[in-house]
Amino acid sequence: MLDDPAVAMTILVLSLLIGWEVISKVPPLLHTPLMSGSNAISGITIVGAIMAAGAASVTESSWLGFVAIVFATINVVGGFLVTNRMLGMFKKKD
Amino acid sequence: MTELTYIQFAYLAAATLFIIGLKALGSPRTAPRGNLMASIGMGIAIVATLVMRDVVNYPMILGGVVVGSIIGMLLATRIQMTAMPQMVALLNGFGGGASLLVASAELLKGTVAPLSVPSIAIVVGALIGAVTFTGSIIAFLKLQELMRGQPIVYPGQQFVNGLLGLGVLGLCGLVAMQPDQLPAYAAVLGIALVLGVTLVIPIGGADMPVVISLLNSYSGLAACATGFVLGNSGLVISGSLVGASGIILTKIMCDAMNRSLTNVLFGAFGAVDTSAAATGAVETRTAKAYTADDAAIVFNSARSAIIVPGYGMAVAQAQHAVRELMDDLEGRGVKTRFAIHPVAGRMPGHMNVLLAEANVPYDKLVEMDDINPEFPECDVALVLGANDVVNPDARTAEDSPIYGMPILNVDQAGQVLVIKRSMNPGFAGIQNPLFFLDNTMMVFGDAKETVLGIVEAMKDL
Repeated sequence: MLDDPAVAMTILVLSLLIGWEVISKVPPLLHTPLMSGSNAISGITIVGAIMAAGAASVTESSWLGFVAIVFATINVVGGFLVTNRMLGMFKKKD
Repeated sequence: MTELTYIQFAYLAAATLFIIGLKALGSPRTAPRGNLMASIGMGIAIVATLVMRDVVNYPMILGGVVVGSIIGMLLATRIQMTAMPQMVALLNGFGGGASLLVASAELLKGTVAPLSVPSIAIVVGALIGAVTFTGSIIAFLKLQELMRGQPIVYPGQQFVNGLLGLGVLGLCGLVAMQPDQLPAYAAVLGIALVLGVTLVIPIGGADMPVVISLLNSYSGLAACATGFVLGNSGLVISGSLVGASGIILTKIMCDAMNRSLTNVLFGAFGAVDTSAAATGAVETRTAKAYTADDAAIVFNSARSAIIVPGYGMAVAQAQHAVRELMDDLEGRGVKTRFAIHPVAGRMPGHMNVLLAEANVPYDKLVEMDDINPEFPECDVALVLGANDVVNPDARTAEDSPIYGMPILNVDQAGQVLVIKRSMNPGFAGIQNPLFFLDNTMMVFGDAKETVLGIVEAMKDL
């Protein structure tokens, strides 16, 4: 589906616009958790990493995929956990 | 429906959860739920990929996930809040690195059609991923102070960077047209990795909020490119969300410094400037030095106070001491709030996280535009390890390098207290006339020690 450049660009532009709309509304108070949280989301590359590492025949690509899984998992696990830890600190006056 | 259709639906669910999760980050109340939703989305995407027919080598996958999870968990639980900028820089780097590796793995399979969406996406993903990877490592080293924070400049730097940039773009074009040209691809990677280093070394510590935001954006765009490589719209959507987020933060940071992105990236702001020495301009004014006891007396007679934290507060780990001061002041009926400049610290929102860690309620943390009208009515403004963001020259001195930068108008407060280690000018090497005003009292010393000293002295009043 994405082989069609028009479809590819449509998805890209629309999701950039959605991102722009949604994230513009995040207050400066939460900009650090926004960065670490969105960072975890960019770890979605793990999907590609799993596909590369999980192929039946083990080739150079599989090993690149393996390292990519390690990197992306650090990104995903570290990102979501540290964001959760930070967000737990924001409290209103009790 | 085919297997692929099911999986595409799962990715759509994941992308939807990311968007809803990011939306929930709009308020501190709903934000933890948003983070949870996004992580569930990630779980769905991962499980959907694991059940694909072509994915069979589970030991390999499991090994990577276990290693990555352990490192990620250690990082996330051990890291100090003051070190959050370094942490985010590292995470950016891993994200970029992962995208670079995935693009390379796909190219090595040798099945990529010349001049197709995947072949173009591979070079774009590899280029952005590589720059993000080494750029983030340099940013990390600077923030961790394993490398000096001042800009590293040399003659012809921009020419060299320009040459590298043009060279890599040319090679990218070649590889996109002939994906079997592995040596050319290797050259793309090599140059891009070098570019990540040479682009970040001339950028100074105070400009790190911009660099981190930009690298954040790159890590998202690299993931987005990976989506085009694999024909996976879920990755494209998720990657562009992060890309947009980083772009927005980059713009906010640049606006808060009244500088263009080009100026931040290539201006080497804060490089040792000899012009003041060359023109023989010697500071003749003297700042008035006081003690913590004097500061306590000032606070004791105040009815309202605004505290302006900066990077110095993070360096001195003074956030808990400041919270004590706030509690004491509030106990005496002094209305106390914090004024947060967008670029205070080393990353967007740095000060808010530190103060939240010290249990300062977030409704006490006020943004620049909201707090500025209140300085004239405020009895005491306490500047704690901030410098350029309170420099009145930004409003008045047209020849100042920071002229036009929006600042916190602390000079309009009844009394200004500045806690600073010494009279050394701030990071940008710019003298700050605030320190010489009649209503300014300088208290020299470590931010934490001095604030604790003030709290102690107030007990006797």
